[in-house]
Amino acid sequence: MTEPTVEPFDPPEQVSPKAQTIDGMLPAPAGLFDSTVEAGLEFKARSQWSYARRRFLRHRLAMAGLVGLIIIFGSGIFANFIAPYSYSAIDLNNILHPPTTTAHHFFGTDEIGRDYFSRVIWGIRTSEEVGLFVAAVSSLIGLCVGAAAGYYGGWVDNLLMRLTDLVLTLPALAILLTAAALLGQGSQWRVSIILALFFWTGIARVVRGIFLSLREKEYVEAAKASGANDMRIMFRHILPNTLGPIIVNGTIAVAAAIITEAALSFLGFGIQPPTPSLGVLVAGGQTNPQQWWLTVFPGLTIVVIVLCVNFMGDGLRDALDPTQRRVRA
Amino acid sequence: MLTYIARRILYSIPVMFLSTFLSFVFVSYAGNPVGNLRNNPKISQNTLELVIKHNHLDRSVPVRYWFWLQDVVTHKLGNSLLTFQPIWPDITRTIGHTAQVIIISETLAIILGIAVGIFSAIRQYSVFDYLFTSVSFLGYAMPVFWFALLLQVLFVNIYLKWHVRIFYTSGLNTPGKGTWSLDRLQHIALPIMTLLVISFALYSRYMRASMLDVINSDYVRTARAKGVSEWRVIMRHVFRNALIPVVTIAALNLGGLLGGAIITETIFTLDGIGYYFIQSLQGSDYYAVMAYLVVTSVIIILFNLIADIIYGYLDPRIRYD
Repeated sequence: MTEPTVEPFDPPEQVSPKAQTIDGMLPAPAGLFDSTVEAGLEFKARSQWSYARRRFLRHRLAMAGLVGLIIIFGSGIFANFIAPYSYSAIDLNNILHPPTTTAHHFFGTDEIGRDYFSRVIWGIRTSEEVGLFVAAVSSLIGLCVGAAAGYYGGWVDNLLMRLTDLVLTLPALAILLTAAALLGQGSQWRVSIILALFFWTGIARVVRGIFLSLREKEYVEAAKASGANDMRIMFRHILPNTLGPIIVNGTIAVAAAIITEAALSFLGFGIQPPTPSLGVLVAGGQTNPQQWWLTVFPGLTIVVIVLCVNFMGDGLRDALDPTQRRVRA
Repeated sequence: MLTYIARRILYSIPVMFLSTFLSFVFVSYAGNPVGNLRNNPKISQNTLELVIKHNHLDRSVPVRYWFWLQDVVTHKLGNSLLTFQPIWPDITRTIGHTAQVIIISETLAIILGIAVGIFSAIRQYSVFDYLFTSVSFLGYAMPVFWFALLLQVLFVNIYLKWHVRIFYTSGLNTPGKGTWSLDRLQHIALPIMTLLVISFALYSRYMRASMLDVINSDYVRTARAKGVSEWRVIMRHVFRNALIPVVTIAALNLGGLLGGAIITETIFTLDGIGYYFIQSLQGSDYYAVMAYLVVTSVIIILFNLIADIIYGYLDPRIRYD
């Protein structure tokens, strides 16, 4: 890394090899290095991940999204502590009550007196479970299929590309509705699995593209030459380079899954009552159009969740892009 | 070019077979159409057996698929399992209504989206730009069904409060009014608005990004350097090139629009093809569901093809062979 001839003092032990490089990448120009050491300055080696973290933490919208998500998802996780009522508790004295702070009916009540604030919070729990499950499973499937297709090519690749073409040429929502009507049976997990089976193709395409370009790189050849098997090359050498796009796509998939699940449930083919889902809650507003709060609050919750997720996705995209060295102010 | 089109069409055929077969398997396990007939006290055991026999419901699914294919070709997508009426007239009627809504909203969305995209790109980081960036972010995050429902709730309440009818919130026509009347416009205005906002968010974003891409390219700098007026640079050099990706997006968006049409038509009980699909799905009328899937898939495949052809025409660097 450094040329031994220029070294002003001997210590390869005192100065770790990492400290002799800028950003852990470029060899430090000889003059620069010793002058800074003499000035008492130290180089701090930063990995790509620490750069990404710094860029993400400086991204204002992304941080706002993250904080919003923590609050919303947190209230979903701790629904049983936060919600003032159970999602199915009936209060016949307060039917179709507009939003008020008395008795904690912040979002009003529905036609049988169920507290909509509690129902929305329980609905958030359902939505976040669906969103995270779908994102995780579809990323995993997409990763495996995309890796196989991009690395091996051949029939796996052909099959994948035809399959994604097929998904592109079909009226997606109609197919999803049909599938949910058949296999969903109103169960949250069944609906999640159906969504995951539809969502993986996008991620697979992205991963395939990266694998396709990286498998020709010299370092892969070097790994091959030193006897690494396919699995090791795929998961140890190429996979870390695809993690950025996978994380970004996974984040966006959370939002897409939440919206799609809500749409399915709204049309009556997704999650069925009594499980409180945000889509079902919005549908409750349709039967009572004069009670605006039944429509507004659950829908607004979806919008806020999706906005936060999208902001975070944008921030992650900027942060995980290794061509961006710059840390955003 | 012709060979490319021919190849694309030929290639779509196996895709269509595969996708219809998969959907057929899906739909035929989704629910038993005879179940609904059984609940109907007016239908005797005899008729029931006739229906089963006539529609080959006692046969296995692949065999039924074969019979269905025959129906598609010889009987224009066959008959409904619920009403025993031919499906084709329903499809042509409802698709006309859907087309009216989609064409109006898309025309508006493309014009508005492109105009806003251009201005946002020219005045990047201006108040105007930030305003419409926020609008399109909201448009992305907003579920279609929620926005439609908000409009419905709003206009229902306006009507109940002040008794003025600005827009109708359900149905297609007041009886006795025609396809191209003010009354029809009052009925379809809210569905149009719903689809408009969703597409507008998409087009204005794409137009802006694509304009910015082109504005920073070398030949635009050259054009400016040789003294072309700014208006001419934007309209002749930037705008026309920036339009190319938007054309593709507009064509690819059709699938999303048909999905959006399912939701909006269901909410506004508009007699379009999306509402027809939902009703058929609820009644497990799977020949009607299949008819919807076939018709919309063909339309989407055709539009993708048209988009590719236009793309090749607009961008001479693209060559298909």
